[in-house]
Amino acid sequence: MSLDLSHVKLVHSSGHCAINDVSLRVDAGERVAIIGPSGAGKTTLLRLIATALRPSSGNVSVLGVDPWRLGPPALRRLRARIGMVHQSPPIPLRQRVVTAVLGGRLGAWPLWKALGSLAYPADIAGARERLDRMEIGDKLFERCDRLSGGQLQRVGVARVLYQQPELVLTDEPVSAVDPALSDRVIGELSREAQLRGVTLIASLHAVDLALHWFPRIVGIRGGEISFDLPPLRVSDEMLRELYASESAVVPTQTNRPLDMPAPGVRRKPLCS
Amino acid sequence: MTPQATPPARDPAALPRFALTAVIVLLLWPGFKLVEFDPGMLFDPRNRETMGKFLGTFFPLALSADFLRLVVKSTLETLTIATAGMTVALVIAAPLSLLVTRSLSVSRIGPGAGRWTGRVLRVPVRLVLMLLRSVPEIVWALLFVRAVGLGPAAGVLAIGITYGGMLGKVYAEIFESGDTRPTVALLESGSGRIAAFVYGMLPVALPELVSYTVYRWECAVRASVIMGFVGAGGLGMQIELSMRMLSGGEVSTMLIIFLLLVMLADGISVGLRKVID
Repeated sequence: MSLDLSHVKLVHSSGHCAINDVSLRVDAGERVAIIGPSGAGKTTLLRLIATALRPSSGNVSVLGVDPWRLGPPALRRLRARIGMVHQSPPIPLRQRVVTAVLGGRLGAWPLWKALGSLAYPADIAGARERLDRMEIGDKLFERCDRLSGGQLQRVGVARVLYQQPELVLTDEPVSAVDPALSDRVIGELSREAQLRGVTLIASLHAVDLALHWFPRIVGIRGGEISFDLPPLRVSDEMLRELYASESAVVPTQTNRPLDMPAPGVRRKPLCS
Repeated sequence: MTPQATPPARDPAALPRFALTAVIVLLLWPGFKLVEFDPGMLFDPRNRETMGKFLGTFFPLALSADFLRLVVKSTLETLTIATAGMTVALVIAAPLSLLVTRSLSVSRIGPGAGRWTGRVLRVPVRLVLMLLRSVPEIVWALLFVRAVGLGPAAGVLAIGITYGGMLGKVYAEIFESGDTRPTVALLESGSGRIAAFVYGMLPVALPELVSYTVYRWECAVRASVIMGFVGAGGLGMQIELSMRMLSGGEVSTMLIIFLLLVMLADGISVGLRKVID
């Protein structure tokens, strides 16, 4: 069991209820996409899973333990096993790409190694391999402020690949990447998860990406789960209802509305 | 959907903003009265004459070889006091500023246990920083002149202690005011505090840290001059001697040296920022 949320509720200090009575179980090795309109609570849900937020009520169990019963050292070790790709990568712009990627393993490295790596990068080959998979291997020694938004997002993904976590969480990891590359990035994350048998939970804005790459789709709206189904059983009607408040169309990579003539969104589950 | 409260039609921050402005003006006015601030005083003919006489003695500059040699020696002494003092200050400030920086607190994002220790620890450290900087360096200097005798050592200690307090406070503020997301993200993925600091916070804060530190070094140069007046060596001691002997030319030569030192500090700051960028 990779993740078990039961009746989780999160109320922000402003009184806004971001997550309301969510129960979700994810087995080890599963790949789950979370979709829903902006403000639905996708990021909050991921932060709850990442042990960055503590639920107001309900129980959370991540990688088999309740993080909020752990002492500081144990919680730190648990966090090092969880990788989070943020929507806007939290990387200092002054930092070089290689340092940013190697930073992924700070949770596993002893301090002397972390400090030494600033003097001379500890694992250039390792960083390069992850960047190559994101097709930005040539940027290895560039500074992050020389990169475009999409390239920086891919550095963020490379960092989490380098971290090698047992639970990979991604919060709209390709919002600034063009459609063809988005496919590549999500594909790599998916491949990595399958290869190492780890769990992948991704929130995605583009519904077609979610339906294409993930065997399980969770739609959330207003802080509640509205459906939790394999992609083939997610109907156009369900999607329209999920995004009803946002606009008339369901967001896709090309921004072509789903209910255009003929086929709707392509559903090709690569996984059984 | 959760119901959302409708925002008020008028800017809710307007009243506090106007109130704060009014309070500031009301506080400043009696202040100026209290210190008898009156720019007209400067142009009063009698005052003008006294000042003119004093300034008149500033020329010609004193440029005799003997005097210049003395000035060079004192300048070097002043620079040494300032630099050594800053080094002591850095040694004091670096660990303390890390301790008071709240963004580096794991317990803030983290575990229930140990949440209080961080908060409890930060209070005394903050107090220590305040204590260090609340006593002016000139007072420390007077104290140390008595303890370790006349000479540069007293100046170094005085600058080290006062500036340690200042640097510690301002460093912590610089760390907090930058983008703290990289640091928090690292802590959230299990990184230790020091590693999170050097990978997440230092790169963000570095340019500001450098320029503030160089500016403080410049202030330390000036402070070491003032402390020279009370016997802590350097240019200040020479200025005091020259003033006592009413040789304005010597004073003005040394004032020009000051100007050069400030320009030097400025140049170093610009140069360092360029190197970092």
